[in-house]
Amino acid sequence: MANSIKKATRESYGEALAALADENPDIVVLDADLSKSTKTELFQKKAPERFFDCGIAEGNMIGIAAGLAAAGKIPFASSFAMFAAGRAFEQIRNSVGYPHLNVKICATHAGISVGEDGATHQCCEDIGLMRTIPGMVVISPADDVETREAVKAIAAYDGPVYLRLGRLAVERINDPDTYRFEMGKGIQLRDGHDLTIIATGLMVAKALAAADLLQEKGISARVINMHTIKPLDQQLVAKAAQETGLIVTAEEHSIIGGLGEAVCSAVCELCPVPVVRVGVNDVFGSSGPAEKMLDLYGLSAEHIAQQAQLAWSRKK
Amino acid sequence: MESSFKHQLQQTACKVRLGALEAVYSGKSGHPGGSLSVADILTYLYFAQMHVDPQNPRWPERDRFVLSKGHTCPALYTVLALKGFFPMEELKKFRHPGAMLQGHPDMKNIPGIDMSTGSLGQGFSAACGMALAAKLDQKDYRVYAVAGDGEIQEGQIWEAAMFAGHRKLDNLCLIVDNNGLQIDGRVGEICSPYPIAEKFTAFGFHAIEVDGHDFDALEAAFEQAKQTKGKPTVLVAKTIKGKDVSFMSDNVAWHGAAPNEEQYQTAVTDLEKILHSLA
Repeated sequence: MANSIKKATRESYGEALAALADENPDIVVLDADLSKSTKTELFQKKAPERFFDCGIAEGNMIGIAAGLAAAGKIPFASSFAMFAAGRAFEQIRNSVGYPHLNVKICATHAGISVGEDGATHQCCEDIGLMRTIPGMVVISPADDVETREAVKAIAAYDGPVYLRLGRLAVERINDPDTYRFEMGKGIQLRDGHDLTIIATGLMVAKALAAADLLQEKGISARVINMHTIKPLDQQLVAKAAQETGLIVTAEEHSIIGGLGEAVCSAVCELCPVPVVRVGVNDVFGSSGPAEKMLDLYGLSAEHIAQQAQLAWSRKK
Repeated sequence: MESSFKHQLQQTACKVRLGALEAVYSGKSGHPGGSLSVADILTYLYFAQMHVDPQNPRWPERDRFVLSKGHTCPALYTVLALKGFFPMEELKKFRHPGAMLQGHPDMKNIPGIDMSTGSLGQGFSAACGMALAAKLDQKDYRVYAVAGDGEIQEGQIWEAAMFAGHRKLDNLCLIVDNNGLQIDGRVGEICSPYPIAEKFTAFGFHAIEVDGHDFDALEAAFEQAKQTKGKPTVLVAKTIKGKDVSFMSDNVAWHGAAPNEEQYQTAVTDLEKILHSLA
């Protein structure tokens, strides 16, 4: 299943969006001077008359998107996660979330894997910000295959969506021939009985690698790809808690407000078992190559395995 | 404008002011001052300018309206009720628990509201998006938005203005309700937005300065806006906050306060006097 094809989810997003240009004439795309990085330029090349660069003005871009949606269009608005979910948070809340308009906020360069640009651009708070907005769907795809399917699914869905995408090329973990995306439904990639690793985004691949490391130590880890963080697949989480008795979450996001806390809430309410959160540990990032940054901030297979093993030994 | 029609508009505007005050009084909260300053502009738009259908509020061909200064919705709600979008009785439930008429416009639940607003600076961007959609679909509908003169201190207004000017959205008309007051005092003293018309001109707008309480002047200005091609238009409408209610007129204290029973009766008396004089 896994192979060596590596691609950034922003790239897959741009290609999927361009592919939708012909299929759906209501789709319009907005950007804020980052189309070459967010890859919306691929849509622009295909349908220049439906692409609008709003300049470096993210708050206005979200408002424009809201107006377009109110007039029946399906706007996809892109910028970096920091400036979409961060800078334009209140516009998203009040102009998109409250009227429940059909706007797709597709934010790239999420998380610490932005790399060299450093802390100002490494948004590790976006999942938390977006999932507090009532009615907002929050999706964080793991690879190329999942991103393409997610883009198709959110285009077909009527309502506001936040799609979290990355800058770094990541390996393909899903099989394009058999993969099926269902909004709000997590995917169990590997079964196990000692503990469950629930991961999202690029951490899914690392969770699978961590499960291999754990297996070498005689620990059987289940792995769940939680591509949709809101609405959370509570049933799948509760089942994992019940059957394995220990949960480890893994996300390229602050341990505050993200997948880890969403899982904690579900576990607490439905089937209380210990949960260990692997993520950015309430600190700002810094400059350096993306992979190095992931290692430095504990977002590696080794770190997940280490934390899992520690929690498992406490559980025994 | 024919004098009988003007007379009718003046009467309607007076009823809008009465309705707005009734709403704020019934809700025991709300924003009377700006509702009274914007009443003539909204009356003109809905009773003389815009194509809308109260029987079909989501009619795709309708002209759109965005009250970017959403807090003055008591006036807009009254206009919509008078127009037939919903019963006048709803005004009495303004800001009440479970009521349709929320403290700020809610497009999901209130017939005739084209955009949810309330957080200042945001509505105008949405209006630009609607105007862009009309251009994309080659539709003839026009988009109107009203912003406050305090509201234009928000940076997003100028982001939107830059966008509208750049995209030559000539189907878009912004009206700035220039009543000169904001919560903390006179706009010119808090953080001056003046000169307003020149700023919009610099952003690629056709700017018209107009008396926001003079229906002949409003008619001429809106007509000019319609004829203006290749650029959006802004009407900088000089208005009086608290207009036509003696103790509220140009008084900053009535930005966001509800009258007590005695004050409400005085206000109603003021307005009914005007209504009788027009009868």
